[in-house]
Amino acid sequence: MRVYLTLVRRELGGFFASLIGYVIVAWVLLLLGLSFTDMLAKLNDDPHGLLTPLTELFYRTPYFWLILLLTVPVITMRSFAFEKWSGTYETLMTTPVGDAQVVLAKFTGTLLLYLLTWLPLFGCIAVVRYFTREPTLLDPWTTTSTFLGIFLIGCLYMSMGCFASALTRSQILAAMNSFVIGLGLFVLSLRSLVPAPEADWAAKVFSYISLIEHMEDFARGFVDTRPVVFYLSLTVFFLFLTLKVVESRRWK
Amino acid sequence: MRNDWIIEVENLTKRYAGTTAIDGLTFSVGRGEIVGFLGPNGAGKSTTMRILACFLPATSGTARVAGFDVFAQADEVRRRIGYMPENNPLHLDMRVRDYLKFRARLKGLGIGSSRDRAEAVMQQCGLTEVSRRIIGHLSKGYRQRVGLADALVHDPELIILDEPTIGLDPHQLRAVRQLIKEMEHSHTVLLSTHVLSEVEMTCNRVLIMHQGKILAADTTRNLKNILSDGGQVIAEIAAPVSELRACWEQMGEVEYFDVAPAEGEYHRCALTPRAGLDLRPLVFEQVRARGWALRELSRAQHSLEDIFVHITRPDREEEAR
Repeated sequence: MRVYLTLVRRELGGFFASLIGYVIVAWVLLLLGLSFTDMLAKLNDDPHGLLTPLTELFYRTPYFWLILLLTVPVITMRSFAFEKWSGTYETLMTTPVGDAQVVLAKFTGTLLLYLLTWLPLFGCIAVVRYFTREPTLLDPWTTTSTFLGIFLIGCLYMSMGCFASALTRSQILAAMNSFVIGLGLFVLSLRSLVPAPEADWAAKVFSYISLIEHMEDFARGFVDTRPVVFYLSLTVFFLFLTLKVVESRRWK
Repeated sequence: MRNDWIIEVENLTKRYAGTTAIDGLTFSVGRGEIVGFLGPNGAGKSTTMRILACFLPATSGTARVAGFDVFAQADEVRRRIGYMPENNPLHLDMRVRDYLKFRARLKGLGIGSSRDRAEAVMQQCGLTEVSRRIIGHLSKGYRQRVGLADALVHDPELIILDEPTIGLDPHQLRAVRQLIKEMEHSHTVLLSTHVLSEVEMTCNRVLIMHQGKILAADTTRNLKNILSDGGQVIAEIAAPVSELRACWEQMGEVEYFDVAPAEGEYHRCALTPRAGLDLRPLVFEQVRARGWALRELSRAQHSLEDIFVHITRPDREEEAR
């Protein structure tokens, strides 16, 4: 556990000792700010919009998916690929640290940075609430469920990114791989937006894996256990794959 | 199994797809030795060290460090070794002290002891004045010392250094060698290099590797003795050539000789003795008796360089073994 925490600290330290951590935070801040102004414009045009939760309004702006799809590869590309490239992977793996500990620490480090980039959203919401004094805009439960959604989807995307990073020693390749896997999953979920003539099994499957539908529910304040199970199990699956990739070095 | 062997390697083989990196290595290293792995690039030195450091698995054969198998008991082995890989990779964005504390924590030391050990190794490796500097801003020599300090920080039984002096300038080289020399009393050191003079200066035993095999394993002094079979003597004497030739022909102890003109009226004579005799007193005797002038008299010392070239020459391989 002590070693795990030391490694997580190093991961975060690595982000903020280089420019990359600040660049990501600034980039997300810009996108959040843009979606905030969009949101305000929408509220001004349509006062009835005040009846929908603010988090949903925010989610309806196109920036949410942009933030997710673009920042994840940049955050995760470093995790294994950079260490392999610089050789510090060898010094790391010759200390008495377990493979599982390394994988979990890298995952936690990237996840914490990801969550950190979302924090300004609280600020945006609080500002709107302060000036409108409209309680339906921001009840604690919808905010919590939105952040739960952001957290779960982040877990999945971070584990995919770590997996992509563990496969290669080139950060560019790692970023591209994780972008492609992430974009693929997102595009699959677009399929569920096309209204199916009848609810056959394919439509059910697409609806089950539809990130867009899941996030919509979370932003409205509905927490369904099915997506929760979906995200957690896929996260564990990708972390397991990452662990196997790390272990494969010692396969005979 | 003797207890005073810290490394025991038996029939260790590592094959990569298509090539054999190391081929049936067998050797052992005793506690407190400084052993040098010597060989040209691609001889299998780094592969052997990576296997000993539990970074790579071997294809077949066994390797034990302090009695623990490097594959089955990797964690036990890792606790007991300090390993500095080739090119000495470091986290360039960290400060020296933070880096050493971080590494100490990874190696299982507590917060307090990490701090104390980091201070101790910084002192030992002469890093105290740069402890607050960022590693990426340090010179190569300092970085190399940081790597050594890292290998030492958990006070391991065995230190494995892969090419610790590569790319250093002569001053840095001397400092790093001195550091390795100082470890002699407290630790066992296995280091690899293709610089022959380095082994001569720092190590008390040398393993010569070539194409994945150990060609020779002995103390540096013994290896020199084995190969200095010639014991050739060089003498520069001022005398007419004919007299010199006549003199060496009469001397029964000289097997071959060669006389070549040197600067001025001197001639350079290369004399090879029969049966490893030291010819120097006899030559001096002759020179004094005949009243010649002598300006140089020396016995050619075979350096490890000669030994190495001699051993790794393809046609000598069998003979040398």
